Amino acid sequence: MLNANEILETIKMIDEENLDVRTITMGISLIDCADSDIDRSCEKIYKKVKRLAGNLVSVGCDIEKEYGIPIINKRISVTPIAILLGVSGGDPVKYALTLQKCAEELDVNFIGGYSALVQKGFSAGDRELIESIPRALSMTDRVCASVNVGSTKAGINMDAVKMLGEKIKEAAELTKDNNCIGAAKLVVFCNAPEDNPFMAGAFHGVGEADCVINVGVSGPGVVRSALKKAPKDLPMNELADIIKKTAFKITRMGQLVGSEASKRLNVPFGIVDLSLAPTPAVGDSVAYILEEMGLSNCGVPGTTACLAMLNDAVKKGGVMASSSVGGLSGAFIPVSEDAGMIKAARNQSLTIEKLEAMTAVCSVGLDMIVIPGETSAATISGIIADEMAIGMVNSKTTAVRLIPAIGKQSGEELVFGGLLGSGPIMKVNEGDCSIMINRGGKIPSPMQSLKN
Amino acid sequence: MKAVISVVGKDQVGILAKVSNECAKVNANILEVSQNIMQDMFVMIMMIEIENLSVDFKEFVDYMSNYGEKNQLKIHVMHEDIFNSMHKI
Repeated sequence: MLNANEILETIKMIDEENLDVRTITMGISLIDCADSDIDRSCEKIYKKVKRLAGNLVSVGCDIEKEYGIPIINKRISVTPIAILLGVSGGDPVKYALTLQKCAEELDVNFIGGYSALVQKGFSAGDRELIESIPRALSMTDRVCASVNVGSTKAGINMDAVKMLGEKIKEAAELTKDNNCIGAAKLVVFCNAPEDNPFMAGAFHGVGEADCVINVGVSGPGVVRSALKKAPKDLPMNELADIIKKTAFKITRMGQLVGSEASKRLNVPFGIVDLSLAPTPAVGDSVAYILEEMGLSNCGVPGTTACLAMLNDAVKKGGVMASSSVGGLSGAFIPVSEDAGMIKAARNQSLTIEKLEAMTAVCSVGLDMIVIPGETSAATISGIIADEMAIGMVNSKTTAVRLIPAIGKQSGEELVFGGLLGSGPIMKVNEGDCSIMINRGGKIPSPMQSLKN
Repeated sequence: MKAVISVVGKDQVGILAKVSNECAKVNANILEVSQNIMQDMFVMIMMIEIENLSVDFKEFVDYMSNYGEKNQLKIHVMHEDIFNSMHKI
């Protein structure tokens, strides 16, 4: 028999501590939709996505109701569109509009995969797709784009880094009347995972099965309130144990939801992504977890160490709870989506440089950071290159999602609303790196790549 | 298949009677009940069998949640698997 305290603990996690399944993401391969005629290709995509994901939202809602666990998002990720574009040619935005149409009709809030993988070089379709990203993101509101520009195995494609600096600015400029939202839907990756269920970086890798269900759990609020009960003199290793136990419970719930969804949709279960994904809701913040460990503010000395331990403990706790772990799996630190990070950015205890250090020990990268609109494309590329280098050398995923606030002054904020939250403009070191960025070429893969 | 009904609220006369009456109406067999009063908060956990429910389980979940609100109680009806997966290895 279940014990009453356990039952009440679960209910408290859901009711008061914002425990939820952040997303059920259906990954769909579009390889068999490729056609030399772009219109036919789009039509095949439309049919396949509608056929496979037709019940995604209703099944998600059913599970939500029966198990009493909120499932915030139902989403879709698809094969990187650059691959299809390489076959079809034509205007890539047609693909974006097709994906948008699918998302609207299926009522999923984001569809990811307007992507290209160019870590080692450009193949047919890649350049055209990257060129079209700003336009595609300004003409759609549910399509997410990502570009993998580096990996430990291949090094960093600096030509792509240069392009992406420009594209991020363009994406922001084209959507400047709408809080520069375009740039919030574009992620630049190093070592991008192929089974990531979280947006904006989700795409369905070419090594994946035809269709899978991936689940992203969340629960910073639960971890925080577990730590809150710990006395102030409890050693760090015991805090790590508390985090592990909590992460285990959160992940078990994700595993249950994922396997249930996979059964009901008759689609194989892919992975659980063990991530602490914050939301702007107070109490659902990763920064507040770090502060609960004993920091006066996120960003003060000690932050990187706390984050490293948090990230590791989440994985250790989660990995035993799931049959298959993947995706990003770790703690996210998106500034605009995290009440504690927003607070720390406002009072300037959190800087981009500190965030960069933090990304060396957590699962993603410089995420949802609002920067001054006049920041040059070369500077953005420089920030991307630095972040990619951290990922490449440490054999981990890193990403950059910067939002240049076009037409806004320092001290102002961008308000995206919903899960994307709002963020103050953060100071960027404007020192010139344009000669380096204009060199282009490649940064060769590091010694770490020679493992064979 | 089993589900857990949890009821939390200010203690008042007849909570157990009301909730069990609603269970009987939809043919949900009550397997176990445990209740406690802490200070003046009423906490009850009820395990029910939902195999032979006369209504759709999802409807019952919504109905009980609304019923709770009307009676100043917080009522959750959740499939037992969520608790099993979280608390048992």
